[in-house]
Amino acid sequence: MAGRPGSTATPDAERRVSRTENLISLVLRIGVLASLLCVMTGTVISFIHHPEYLSSSIALHHLTQPGAAFPRTLHDVFLGVRDVRGQAIVVVGLLLLIMTPVMRVAVSVLIFHHQRDRMFTLITAIVLCLLLASFVLGWISR
Amino acid sequence: MIPALTLLLKIDIRYAIGASIVSVIATSSGAAVAYVKERLTNLRVAMVLEIGTTLGALTGSYLAGRISGRWLHIIFGLMMGYSALMMFRKRRGSSEDDRAAPWADFLRLHSSYYDEALDREVAYKVVRTRVGLGLMYIAGTVSGLLGIGSGALKVPAMDLAMRLPIKVSAATSNFMIGVTAAASAGVYFMRGDIDPFVAAPVAAGVLAGATLGSRLLGRLHGRIIRIIFIAVLLYVSFQMMWRGIH
Repeated sequence: MAGRPGSTATPDAERRVSRTENLISLVLRIGVLASLLCVMTGTVISFIHHPEYLSSSIALHHLTQPGAAFPRTLHDVFLGVRDVRGQAIVVVGLLLLIMTPVMRVAVSVLIFHHQRDRMFTLITAIVLCLLLASFVLGWISR
Repeated sequence: MIPALTLLLKIDIRYAIGASIVSVIATSSGAAVAYVKERLTNLRVAMVLEIGTTLGALTGSYLAGRISGRWLHIIFGLMMGYSALMMFRKRRGSSEDDRAAPWADFLRLHSSYYDEALDREVAYKVVRTRVGLGLMYIAGTVSGLLGIGSGALKVPAMDLAMRLPIKVSAATSNFMIGVTAAASAGVYFMRGDIDPFVAAPVAAGVLAGATLGSRLLGRLHGRIIRIIFIAVLLYVSFQMMWRGIH
C-alpha cells in the first residue's frame, strides 16, 4: 500500500491497483457466500421433504450412486427451483460457485477495458471465451 | 480427497471427481479473497497464464475417461516426485541470473509484494513467460483430467521457471486454480457428472479449511512453506504411483 518502504510504484497507480484488487475480492466473496447460502437452504429443504435421509443410510446412499436422480440440465434445474425442490436449489448453489471465477474474469475484462489496457482486455477476453466454451464442450460430449 | 471419497465413503469415482473439482473452486475462491487483498497475488501474471490453464482444463476434462487411469496415476506420480526434487534443489542454493525477459517486459509482469515475515517490500522480475504458459497448459490438463487443483504443478512452474517468489507463486497459483477448475467444472456439470449431494457437503467443508490456511501463508517464512510443500509433493507422488500400480 501507499507509504510502505521500498515501494516504487506511483501513488496513483497503486490506488488503481488496490481498487482493482478490492473489486475482484468482492466478486469472489459475494459468489462464494451466495453459493453457500443456496447450498445450505437447498439441503435443509431436502431434509424437510425427505426425513428418511436422516434415518436411513440406504436412502442416502442411493443419492450418491451411478444413475442417481438429480437435475442434470438447466431446464431440470429451472423446473426444480420453481417447485421449491431442495436438490435443484443445491444445484443452483453449485452453479453459482462454478460461475464465481467466470464472473471474476468478466469483471477483469471490464476493469482492463476501463483502464484502456488493450493487451490485457484481449487476454482476459480470451480466458472468458474459453470458460464459456467449457459449457458447450461438456454439452457436446455427454 | 478423491481417494478418501472413493475408498472410505464408497462413492462412484465419476462423482468423486465431479465433487472434487467443485470443492477446488470453493477453496481457491475462499483463499483468494485474503491473498488478493494482501497483494500477494500477481494479477497480471495470473491473467496471462490462465490462457494456458483453461485451455489445458478443457483438454483434460474432455479426455477424462478416454485414457487408462492406471497409467495416468503412474505418470503424474513421477511428475510430482520430479517437481519435489526440483524444489529441493533450489532450496539448497539458487543462482540469480539476470536473463532477458522480453515477454514479461512487454506485458509488464514484474511487480513487488510486501513480505510480512521479512517486514519489507520485495521486488521481483518475471522471466520465461512462454515456458510458464506451456507448463500451465500441462497443469491445466492434469487438473481437468483428475479433478484436482494441481497447484503442485503450478507453484514449481512459477517458482522455478518464472522465478516468482514462493509466496507470490502460491497465492497466484491459488488464484488461477479457481478459473482452471471452473473450466473443468463446466464440462463436468454439463456432462451430468456433478452429483449435488456429494459435491455440496465436500465444498462446504473444504471452504472452512481454506479460509484458515490462507490466513497463515503471509505470516510464515518462505523457507517453511517450501519445506511443507516438498513434503506434500512427495506424499502425493507416492500415493499416486501406489494407486497406479495396484
